[in-house]
Amino acid sequence: MEADVEPRLLLVHCIRDTFQLTGTHIGCDTSHCGACTVLLDGRPIKSCTLFAIQAEGRAITTVEGLEQNGTLHPVQEGFCQEHGLQCGFCTPGMMLTAAAFLKENPRPTEDGIRTAISGNLCRCTGYVNIVKAIQYAAAKLAE
Amino acid sequence: MIPPGFEYYAPTSVNEATALLKQHGADAKILSGGMSLIPLMKLRLATPRYIIDINRIPDLDYIREANGFLKIGALTRESDLERSELVRSKYPILIDTSSTIADPLVRNMATVAGNLAHGDPANDHPATMLALEAQVVAVGPKGERRIPVSNFFTGILSTALSADELLTEILIPIPPAGSGGAYIKMERKVGDFATAAVAVQLTIGADGACERAGIGLTNAGPTPVRAKKAEDVLRGRKINDEVIRQAGQLASEESDPKSDLRGSAEYKRDLIRVLTARAIRRALERAGNGS
Repeated sequence: MEADVEPRLLLVHCIRDTFQLTGTHIGCDTSHCGACTVLLDGRPIKSCTLFAIQAEGRAITTVEGLEQNGTLHPVQEGFCQEHGLQCGFCTPGMMLTAAAFLKENPRPTEDGIRTAISGNLCRCTGYVNIVKAIQYAAAKLAE
Repeated sequence: MIPPGFEYYAPTSVNEATALLKQHGADAKILSGGMSLIPLMKLRLATPRYIIDINRIPDLDYIREANGFLKIGALTRESDLERSELVRSKYPILIDTSSTIADPLVRNMATVAGNLAHGDPANDHPATMLALEAQVVAVGPKGERRIPVSNFFTGILSTALSADELLTEILIPIPPAGSGGAYIKMERKVGDFATAAVAVQLTIGADGACERAGIGLTNAGPTPVRAKKAEDVLRGRKINDEVIRQAGQLASEESDPKSDLRGSAEYKRDLIRVLTARAIRRALERAGNGS
């Protein structure tokens, strides 16, 4: 995707307003909550704390990109199966962080999962099922 | 929150970056990880007219040992330390430090060099680099110079870098055999700055006496603090419970924390006493294990 942007435009605003991809959320707007998480060259980062211009020529994955050819990503499937969401606001960021984490850590411990998502806050505090959802995805990916 | 407007440069060499710094001086800010700068701009606490984004400069992203130093390039991310087998096996004090900074997502952007160059006494690497007796390499229009980290922090949020200099590399002397280090931080929750934190790096000789000691304190004064008296009490002695107790007491006396939401100054000084003792014990264990 391409756009001419003002240097001060934040990546999250470029994604949501310019490209109209609203799966990426804005929560705290202060790089604490992780609702705006996207993958930058495969690594999860907070798109409220990056200028869009910094992403020029680099690969950005948003939650819209997790599903491939009509098939849910195993992490998405896990969040469905294990009730990994309540209000759903943190879910896109949570799933992107989880997908990137599982790529580097195919056999994660529960502690490892909890550390990996420590930059993504769930105000419903549904962490138990979020961890289960990621464990489901790890098992699915290992098949 | 929308940051104020600025003119954006993305130089592709260190020379180009320093030429821009020379041209724009104090009106310009370097953007590396941006994890301190961009939040400050969004809050309009920083309003630079020019942003010099160094992320397009090649060959500044590395971790390697050469010429007696562990060298960390300016664009090395905090999470790169955690991913580095060399750092994990030989420099656990750096893993202690980076793994307590902000959260894993922020660490994918935040740079180790930026953590120093920001000059914030609440940042974590300053104390660790003081304990390790690291140096930084600064490049400006007149060439390159090395600055010991012990002379780097000159005041609140200010460093020895001139307005036209770029921090390009961190140099950590490779510790001799019998060395070990640890960083222990007390934080209220993930992502918070330290209530207090202590870095300790020791070298223990064949006779069991401490040959070298470095102790740095986080959020313990207007600049990062090197606890020299506590270092002195360790050096040349066999480290036993009594010596550890004295070092903790001295480090506490050398600190100058402020009361804030994280605790009273009195509480923080006591915390530094306790954390210093714990960090010395962990460093000693690691010195025994050859790391």
